[in-house]
Amino acid sequence: MPYIPNTPEEQQQMLKSLGMSKLAELFADIPDHLQLKRPLDLPEPLAEHQLLRYMGQLAEKNVNLDRCISFLGAGAYDHIVPAVVSHIINRGEFLTAYTPYQAEVSQGVLQSIFEFQTLIANLTNMEAANASMYDGATALAEAALMSCNVTNRRKVAAAANLDPRWLEILQVYLESQNIELINIAYDPVTGLVDLEAVEPKLGAELACMIVSQPSFFGSVDDVDRVAQWIKSYQGLLVMAVDPISLGILKAPGEYGADIVVGDAGCLGNPISFGGPSVGFFAVTGMKLIRRMPGRIVGQTTDRDGNIGYVLTLQAREQHIRREKATSNICTNQALNALTATIYLALLGPQGIKQVAYQCLQKTAYLRRKLEAAGFKLRFNAPVFKEFVIQADWDWEEINQRLLEHGYLGGFPLKLADPNLSDCTLIAVTEARTKAEMDRFVDLLRGWR
Amino acid sequence: MLLLDLSVPGRQGYALPKLDVEETPIEELIPETYLRKSELGLPELTEPEVVRYFTQLSRKNHGVDVGFYPLGSCTMKYNPRVNENIAAMPGFSRIHPRQPENTVQGALQLMYELDRYLAEIAGLAKTSLQPAAGAHGELTGLLIIKAYHEFNGEAEQRREIIIPDSAHGTNPASAQMAGFIAREISSDPRGGVDVEALRAMVGPQTAGLMLTNPNTLGLFDENIETIAKIIHDAGGLLYYDGANANAILGIVRPGDTGFDIVHFNLHKTFSTPHGGGGPGSGPIVVSNKLVDFLPDPIVEYTDGRYHLARPKHSIGPVKAFYGNFGVMVKAYAYIRHLGAEGLRAVSENAVLNANYVLNQLKQDYHLPYDRLCMHEFVLSGKWQKELGVSTLDIAKRLLDYGVHAPTIYFPLIVEEAIMVEPTETESKATLDAFIEAMQNIAEEVRTNPERIKSAPCQTPVKRLDETKAARSPVLTRKL
Ligand SMILES: Cc1ncc(COP(=O)(O)O)c(C=O)c1O
Repeated sequence: MPYIPNTPEEQQQMLKSLGMSKLAELFADIPDHLQLKRPLDLPEPLAEHQLLRYMGQLAEKNVNLDRCISFLGAGAYDHIVPAVVSHIINRGEFLTAYTPYQAEVSQGVLQSIFEFQTLIANLTNMEAANASMYDGATALAEAALMSCNVTNRRKVAAAANLDPRWLEILQVYLESQNIELINIAYDPVTGLVDLEAVEPKLGAELACMIVSQPSFFGSVDDVDRVAQWIKSYQGLLVMAVDPISLGILKAPGEYGADIVVGDAGCLGNPISFGGPSVGFFAVTGMKLIRRMPGRIVGQTTDRDGNIGYVLTLQAREQHIRREKATSNICTNQALNALTATIYLALLGPQGIKQVAYQCLQKTAYLRRKLEAAGFKLRFNAPVFKEFVIQADWDWEEINQRLLEHGYLGGFPLKLADPNLSDCTLIAVTEARTKAEMDRFVDLLRGWR
Repeated sequence: MLLLDLSVPGRQGYALPKLDVEETPIEELIPETYLRKSELGLPELTEPEVVRYFTQLSRKNHGVDVGFYPLGSCTMKYNPRVNENIAAMPGFSRIHPRQPENTVQGALQLMYELDRYLAEIAGLAKTSLQPAAGAHGELTGLLIIKAYHEFNGEAEQRREIIIPDSAHGTNPASAQMAGFIAREISSDPRGGVDVEALRAMVGPQTAGLMLTNPNTLGLFDENIETIAKIIHDAGGLLYYDGANANAILGIVRPGDTGFDIVHFNLHKTFSTPHGGGGPGSGPIVVSNKLVDFLPDPIVEYTDGRYHLARPKHSIGPVKAFYGNFGVMVKAYAYIRHLGAEGLRAVSENAVLNANYVLNQLKQDYHLPYDRLCMHEFVLSGKWQKELGVSTLDIAKRLLDYGVHAPTIYFPLIVEEAIMVEPTETESKATLDAFIEAMQNIAEEVRTNPERIKSAPCQTPVKRLDETKAARSPVLTRKL
């Protein structure tokens, strides 16, 4: 057994020290009739080289993004991942550690989390961030719950142009606490939040207003308008943002956001069928900081006055507060947060601006070309790295045809919104080239 | 020195390809008022500097690869490297969650088969792989309990989740998040659930019970069938916190002992690395009568094809996409590599190692429950405390021996708790060295307590001031 050092002789020695002769005696406390009397019904073990071969074959049954050109987004994107990232995160000291409970031997992880908190706070222009959340969607749900706790209100409003799955998750989390979720319709022409659609008397009952920037449809909004609206009712402004977009777009802090969440999977993490990703959670003001979910790292000093880092503000957490904790989260997404930190350190401010700028320009290019090829743009608001086009055909079937030509088409919106059944959501990242886009347009034009 | 202290204007650690499309003036694309005015506040460094910075950081960190890590309740076993190679294969790491199903049959097959394996190990029917960690599994399981009672028209009345006083903090926190009232049940003198107290506590208000078995004392609750009967007779369901499953693989199945829902921590029992605090994965497995309530989607296999489906009375999704797929790949590979025989050997050796260490330490440390343990055990530092040395001091002193300290001050029902989980991947020599270190420390408590109270002294930093960190929080580097 390559991972179990005990030899049969050692087992015997150890058993003997316990006054036993058989391993089975160790399980004497488990009533005999409850013990499994047969081997588990699992496939025969594979030796390492067989395992690699078998798993390689299984992997080959998937069409991966190295084998095709992707315009698929809708929450997960084909962004460029620098090669060096995986080398750093695979260092055993990071990979095989756990939550830094013993700070003196966990300075590597603690300091890297402190860096993550710093870079996320700076990028979002907020005061502080936590150590990470499972993903953007659950971070958003926790932001809504926290808003209710802070404001003592029991209603949450969310723009209907949010990722529909995030909205569903939000609904699951809120419903369990009997909090009402109010969907604010989007304007059918712009795709942007329609504040006119909100009943005015509702405002004063809202714990928060949630907006996504960009929206699920890729559109960019004037959040100032929403910020002023919700603030006039003393509710919180919760923003869900694409961290890459912050290289160009006005930062949540500049809008006066109270809580900012998002998915940082796009910062250097492999796309990996949608997970593991990592959520971030940032706030401004000590009052909100003390109500944040999850781990938080703080700076301190050791006995000799040297700077060091520890888990802090733990009185919010489940292991101390149990049912009164701000959240149940324990294990989070530390290694993915480390990945994002390394990515941000490599790219730096200029790199992040360039990634955002390339997304913006390439998206504009493809959007223009598709419009020229006769496809209707479904919404007319400005967009960042995604947009919706409309045509009278079955986009799922078109995607199958595109696959034959090595393309992964957009996300057919009929899978998310019955009102948009003739639409598809196209994503363009910095990884796409002009040649790839031109050919994509040629193919689609040809099928019109 | 932090990244921003090292920053030099003009440096960049990654060069993007040239922009190859005609540019449109930015004002024509995004209104000027929507553009960022503030600094990004990111460091400017080249690749070699970034590599060196993080490599230096890593050297200040303990991990399973570095040395013994007997952190109770966390199963810090060796993480096979082959699984990292496998998860990094482009066919797994470079697939998009919204690809058409016919382009991800391998991924869906993997998820489906992992579901089957976990169901077999749990002795239950069907798995949801969505939860991102144990606590997330708990929340999901509790929402299923709620949906089940709702389906039976009893949700209004069944508001209480019973949780032992020895339980992990996530249990009551999850119960609260799911909208239940957490009721604490006391433990009996043998460390199990107090059955008589349980009988008195259940009723028409009972929604369910959360239990880990072996429990957080590392003890198998022999009354589990009685407990299950009491809960079921009262109309409640049994939830199994699977954090401690490393003791039971192929030995006993939670489903066979009466549990209705189980979560596993793939990052503990199934060897996926803990990553400094995640990513984890906390799949839940449920009995037949609960399958229809599972989160959306589950993986099904019909007519030779794997596909995603929404269960009939699904509670809805709990996570973006399908869960931590990359973690699932590693756990799947682990199960395929070990097989039934290997998994049983895991538990046998984990339990052997724990009992071996327990037996050698009980002369020097108080053992509140002196009986056979499973994969871990809990000592009390109360004898040492009487001499003025706390469990925290003992933990810090252990760091000087190159060992990560056990879990301390948990479970809450043992004063000055020291919770030790050696795991099966440690050698007898490592265990002997740990025993000797613990014995030395016990001796030092008697002879040189000041030495322990000033520990650690061999670590990258000396003992850190946690009070100061919480009193005036510094949570980011100030610009
Ligand atoms: C007994 C027990 N239950 C639940 C959990 C929570 O699991 P996770 O950290 O994966 O959320 C833990 C984790 O430490 C645990 O030890």
